[in-house]
This record gives sequence, structure tokens and C-alpha cells, in this order.
Amino acid sequence: MAEISTTPPVQVENPLEGRVERLRNFCSDFSQSKVALAALAVIIALFAVSFGAPIFSPQDPYDLAMLDWMDAFLEPGSEGSGGYIHILGTDNVGRDMLSAIFYGLRTSFMIGLSAGALALLVGICVGLTAAYFGGKIEAVLMRVVDLQLSMPAILLALVMISILGQGIMQIIMALVVAQYAYFARTTNGAAKVERSKDYIEAARSTPLPTHRVLFRHLLPNVMPPLIVVATVQVASAIALEATLSFLGVGLPLTEPSLGSLISNGFKYIHSDRYWLSIYPGIGLMIAVIAINLVGDQVRKVLDPRNSR
Amino acid sequence: MSDILLKIDAVSKRFTRKPGVVAAAIDRVTGKDSTVTVHAVSNVSLEVERGEVLGIVGESGCGKSTLGRIVSGIYAPTEGEVLLNGDIVAKEVHGAVQKQTTRVQMIHQDPFASLNPRMKVGEIIAEGPRIHGLIPAKEVNDRVGALLEKVGLERAYANRLPHQFSGGQRQRVAIARALAMSPELLVLDEAVASLDVSIQAQVLNLFIDLRKDLGLTALFISHDLSVVRHVCDRVAIMYLGRLVELAPASDLYEKPLHPYTSALFDSVPKLGVGKRSFAAIQGEIPSPINPPSGCAFHPRCPFAGPRCKVEIPTIAKAGTGRSVACHIHNGGTGAEASVPVFTEAAA
Repeated sequence: MAEISTTPPVQVENPLEGRVERLRNFCSDFSQSKVALAALAVIIALFAVSFGAPIFSPQDPYDLAMLDWMDAFLEPGSEGSGGYIHILGTDNVGRDMLSAIFYGLRTSFMIGLSAGALALLVGICVGLTAAYFGGKIEAVLMRVVDLQLSMPAILLALVMISILGQGIMQIIMALVVAQYAYFARTTNGAAKVERSKDYIEAARSTPLPTHRVLFRHLLPNVMPPLIVVATVQVASAIALEATLSFLGVGLPLTEPSLGSLISNGFKYIHSDRYWLSIYPGIGLMIAVIAINLVGDQVRKVLDPRNSR
Repeated sequence: MSDILLKIDAVSKRFTRKPGVVAAAIDRVTGKDSTVTVHAVSNVSLEVERGEVLGIVGESGCGKSTLGRIVSGIYAPTEGEVLLNGDIVAKEVHGAVQKQTTRVQMIHQDPFASLNPRMKVGEIIAEGPRIHGLIPAKEVNDRVGALLEKVGLERAYANRLPHQFSGGQRQRVAIARALAMSPELLVLDEAVASLDVSIQAQVLNLFIDLRKDLGLTALFISHDLSVVRHVCDRVAIMYLGRLVELAPASDLYEKPLHPYTSALFDSVPKLGVGKRSFAAIQGEIPSPINPPSGCAFHPRCPFAGPRCKVEIPTIAKAGTGRSVACHIHNGGTGAEASVPVFTEAAA
């Protein structure tokens, strides 16, 4: 091993080549399904209109000064006092429904994504710790997870809300508590499979520090199933938040999410003012279905039995 | 026996599976004990000189891989100790094994499992030395390139992922990873068993060349007697967790002393003219959970006598540089009339 530096330095192949190639394979596999591609387009469009809500929506539904009582309960397609057409009508305080849906979608996405990401983080920590250390630590952690999985998520979220109170942060916390168990279970299962493989043993016998084995060797190899679970869980977090808001324990109407819009409109559904709750409902449905379709296709592509 | 690098001193390894909470409660009621103990390695002592390659041979389940893992610090021994240059290789702290040295490195059997599929080959090789600060950061690339060349790969391969390589190339990467730590002892656990025969030869030749260049000391674990003959100076034969015979390779292949060793040699298929039936060892390998009394090999041994059933044979000198654990060569089995072949070799 003595003779080292007499040879020229390493010719640098593009270091990203492998990754780029894998990404390209992933993209071409993904686009095999036209439905999933369409769903992805829908998600991107919804993201654009929801996070660009201040630009795209004709009215700011939070700005009370812009609301006019005279515009209340306008039917879809009628022109209001603002001089523009309310495509999806207005609600009981004269709020433009289209704008409210855009803003509501933004809140829903924000809650869904941050709850999903946090639950992923917590789930990974719990699942990896349990799988790597095994024994009593695993027994305790995973039994708690199992206990949680045996309860309906909505019940758990309701209990959490009643403890924490209302508000966006509280909702996110409740969703994380209700959902981390799915990530922990998946991480644990995948990590236990990977842990017994020789490359982990090789890393431990080098020896490398535990945190490095966990996060550099184990974690990257359990990510694929987690990505799949994450897409599904973001969709279900959005739906769960909508349910909580619909039940009246979620967000107040001053910070409308899709759930609270539906809940608000539901009061008038029997007086022929269907648009108040139907349109936010359709918006929610489209968002959740699109995310699920994309998640489904991601699962198919990442399934090792499909690998090329 | 002057310069001893590795000393395996009366090492035993038992794996126990304790019953779960419910099973333990049932045990308490019924008075049974469902704790399962596997005697993987029992009281093995070996010494390896610097620069020597020691082969460890045995059937699957004989504990040779467990011994390799103990030596490379993945398991801590239940009893006894493994010393490298007089220092303990690994110890158990709060139930977790902590390896104390980087001077022993291991090469695994399956190169498709032993390389992290999500790290580039260059990172895989450089990771250990980088973490342990064995080489300055500036020289890492050079060192990786030099190592790749040393194992017969191109420097530019450092930027590829393991799945872009064949099995033989991957095993070369695994060797480079082990060499990167500048180990004093290499443990090769069935390092060529999963490769095609032609690739096996290439990797073995690489190993032999490296050994010459770097003066490597190695523990070569294998079930393949012809491979072992090719690369090892001395050979240890294991059966059911125990050492049964230890001899210089040439002597062992010329005249095996232990009945198990000779049975092993008889079962190796050979090229030759005409039909040739080969004598398989009678019976199945017993379970290491409940090993036979006395000599573990006695249920399958054609020469077993009454003494073999009760007394565990100790390993004893039998000629220059060799030793064997068998009553035939150490006082008789108690049924001497039935052992015509091996008694003369004892002298």
C-alpha cells in the first residue's frame, strides 16, 4: 500500500451519472401509466393554484372588506357587486367559492404535507431504532405502534385535538400522532430485512459508528417503501383534516380548509344551495384521488419485482 | 511459532433464545424451560502466525463462519478471548458488541449482499479510512484509485454503483474495501463460494498475489477442500463447533488423521477414468442445539468405540506441527480390534 501518488488523479466521470440514470429510468417507468401522468398533472395544477392563490383567485376570502352581504348565496355563474363572475357561486357571507377553494386547498396541502413529513420523520426514528437495537427496546416501541394501528386514526386524532385544542399547529400535531405508526411499522419491517444483509455487517465490522450505519447504510435502503407510504399518508392526512374540520373540531372558518368549507356549506344543502359544499367536496376528492393515483404508480415502479 | 499475530484462546460462542413474556409465563406454570441454546463454537483454540494463511474447513453448520465473525469482531465470544497482537478484538458493552480494532477486516461470501447498493464504489472503499482518519482527506481519491488498480479494476470505476459490476468485480471491490483499512488480518468467509469457477480462480489468484505483495495474514474459511489446498499454509478442520484436526496443508492432504477429515476427503468428487462411487459420510450432522455426548462425531464414525460415547476427546499433538482430537490417536477408543487403519498413524 506504500506507492500511492505516482499515478495520475482519478478521471472524473460525471459523479451524478448513476443517479441521473436511475432517475431517468424512474421517470420513463412512471410515465408508462397515462392515468398516473394525468394525476400528476392535476396535482401540479392544484399546487400551482393553491400556493399561487393570491394571484389566481379573483377575491381574497380573508379580506372582510372585500366581502359584501349583497353577494351572499349567488348561484354559480352570476355576476356579483365586484364586477366579476362568481364561477362557482358565493357562500353565506358573499365569499367567492372559487377563491375560497383555492385558499382552502392551500391550507389542506400545507397541513397534509407538513403532517406527512413530520410523521415520516418520527416514524423513521421509531422504526429504525426498534429494528437496529431489537430486544426490549423493539418490543416496547413496536407494541405501542401496534396498539395505535389497531385504533381508528380519526378517533386518535379527535382525542389529541380535545387535549391540544384547535388551530393549525394542533391539527398537525394530532395528525402526526395518528399517522406516525404507519411509517414506523413500514420502516421497521424494511429495516429488519436490510439489517440482516451483509453490507450492514460489513459496515459494523469496519467498524463504523452506529449513527453512520443507521443513517448512511440502513436508511437509504429502506426509503423506497417509505416514499410509497408517504404519498398515501399525505392524501389520508388531507382527508383526515377535512373530516376533523367537518366535525367542527378542526379549523375555524376564518382559516378555511376544504373540510371547514364543506362543513359550512352543509348547513344549506337542503335549501338548494348545493354549491356551498359540493364544489369544495369535489376539490377535495380530486386532490385525494390524484395523490393516491400517483402514489399507486410510484409503488408499482419501485416494486423490486418490477425492476429492470 | 515465533511471531503470533492472532491468538484464539478457548473461545466458545453460544446463542440463546429466551422465551417471550407469554412463553416464559407458561414455562413457569408447567415447569419447563423453553430457552434454546445453540452451541455454535465450543472451546476452540488456535494461533495464527504473522504472514500465514490458516484455512478453516467444515460442513455447513459446523461453526466456521461463527468463528470468523468472532475473530472479525461482529460477535463477542461467550467464553474465552480473541487477541490480536495481545489486544482484545471485540467486547460486549450493555449487550452491544463493540469492536476495538480496525486491524481485522472481513470479506463476505456474497458480493451481491456485502456492498451497499446505494453508495458509489469509491465511497464504499473510502468510507472506513475516512471515518477513522487513516488517510488525509486530500489523498482519499488517490488512495481509492491505487486500491482499485491493485485489485485489478480501473480507477474510473470509483464513480460507479455496485449494480454496474459483475460478481467477480464486486468481490474485488470488497477486497479493496478491506485492504483500504490496512488490516493486519483478513478474514475471508467463503469469499469465493458464490462465484463461478473461472471467476473463483481469478479472485484466488488475486488473493495469492496480494498476499505475496503485502505479506497478508488471513483466516480462510471455506467448505471447498481443493480451494483451501491451493491457498492455505495450515488447515483447521471443524465439526459441530469443535476443532477436530489442525495440520500443515500438505501433511493433511497426504494423510488425514481424524476419521472425519478422511471422510471429508473421500466425499470430494474427483475427475478420473471410469465410474467411481464416493463414500458419503453416514448419517446427518447432529443438531448443535443438542450435541451428542462424548465425541460429537461418534454417531457417524465407523471406528467409534465405547469411550467415544462418554468422553470428549481433547486436542493433542500428533506429529510435527499437527494435532488431532480423536481417541484413536490418544489412548484408544475402547474397541481397538475394530480400528485397523488409523492406529499406526498415531505414532
